[in-house]
Amino acid sequence: MSDKIKIAQYWAASCGGCDVALLDIDERILGVAELADIVFWPIAVDTKLKDVEALPDGYITATLFNGAIRNSENEYVAKLLRQKSKIMVAFGSCACFGGIPGLANITYADDIMDYVYNKTPSMDNPEGILPLVEYHAPEGDLELPEMYDTVKTLEDFVEVDYFMPGCPPTVDRINEFLDAVEKHVKEGAPLPPKGAVIASEKTLCDECGRKKEYRKLERVYLPHELDEIDPELCLLDQGIICMGPATRAGCGAKCVNVSQPCRGCFGPTSAALDHGGSMLSALASIFKVDESETKLSEEQIVELMSHIKDPLGTFYEYTMPVGLIKRAVREKRRSKA
Amino acid sequence: MSTQTAVAAQEQDAWEPRILVFCCNWCSYAGADLAGVSRLQMPPNFLVIRTMCSARVDVEFVLEAFAKGADGVLVAGCHPADCHYIGGNYRTRRRIALLRMLLEQYGFDPERLRLEWISASEGEKFQKTMVEFTETIKDIGPNPIKEE
Repeated sequence: MSDKIKIAQYWAASCGGCDVALLDIDERILGVAELADIVFWPIAVDTKLKDVEALPDGYITATLFNGAIRNSENEYVAKLLRQKSKIMVAFGSCACFGGIPGLANITYADDIMDYVYNKTPSMDNPEGILPLVEYHAPEGDLELPEMYDTVKTLEDFVEVDYFMPGCPPTVDRINEFLDAVEKHVKEGAPLPPKGAVIASEKTLCDECGRKKEYRKLERVYLPHELDEIDPELCLLDQGIICMGPATRAGCGAKCVNVSQPCRGCFGPTSAALDHGGSMLSALASIFKVDESETKLSEEQIVELMSHIKDPLGTFYEYTMPVGLIKRAVREKRRSKA
Repeated sequence: MSTQTAVAAQEQDAWEPRILVFCCNWCSYAGADLAGVSRLQMPPNFLVIRTMCSARVDVEFVLEAFAKGADGVLVAGCHPADCHYIGGNYRTRRRIALLRMLLEQYGFDPERLRLEWISASEGEKFQKTMVEFTETIKDIGPNPIKEE
């Protein structure tokens, strides 16, 4: 048996970008094979779940788990890999915060099923047949994973040792983590403290090189609505909603450097209670207040704030399942007024 | 009627709104105090938290209140142009407008969050607001988050 470390990578409710990010660590990927045996990685190597089930507990050195937990299969594999691994890493925004799949919490599993199998214009399903979790056919029993009502994060189900946010995690952060594991294995260097987030403690604004003028906004724009985006000036100063003030740094400001606003994939810093809430406060305060303010009616204020078309989707694009309010609710009795 | 539905109906009848009120230190808290010392009758369904300014009420405070089961949240501050910190209440007004849009997206009735301007001399307005708001919340019903 080799003394290499053993790595597993799994893909739950996510897009697959995290797997690609891991392949994107340049020539270092060649070194990974020298350092580590890949025990389980559905997208890259042919091992089956039953192979993992047969491993002794704690056999895998580190599992890089990407994706949110959305169905019973995700949950089962998360628990299985936790049991078989010494280190469990929530890899990517979906595993850390629920990510974009987490926005499904705006609706309910039965509504989604109904839309997909009955209401989609291209769907022809006159009998209204929905997928079943179990089906007993004459040839044998068939099973499908059960889709959950609420998208949750990896930490909601198993103990997580490290969080590596990002959509996907950047090459630098992956390398930083692999270095730490390598040093730990080869030289006995200590690993980062348990629960650490492999990123910065500061906000993206701290990392962003754009010039800040703290202008007061008249209105907000989508990037394509502006003829030209000043490459030097803060995007918020130009009226583009950028999640920089509320988002953790560590990505190298990749998006803002190419004039795309931050959408918040690194999640909140440890000082914030709620990612979207802190951004909402920041944004509401940077609209221009002038002497006409006292004369503005409540309706005019609502109209001003309506420039922000989709607050939930904008402020919680990656973090709805870890927000203070984790999913949408259904009011029973509506006010008659 | 089965025992279970009877119990549920009883609980429904027994439900009383729980309302959280944020009062700014300079106007609305004094207004609420005036309502109290003037012995104006108000429903006992609310708790008051004093903040230095209505703009000190972080969006997180309101979200946490709803997440923990508050049925309604009232933010009360100084009238426009009367803010002790010049423009705090203007920021509050914008923030609350945006927050109500967010709450609506979450599925809440936005009427569960209310903003009122109440000065130190407006004890009666505080009382009237509390009576009205409690009625509104009774109409809307319990915070749906509690059932989950």
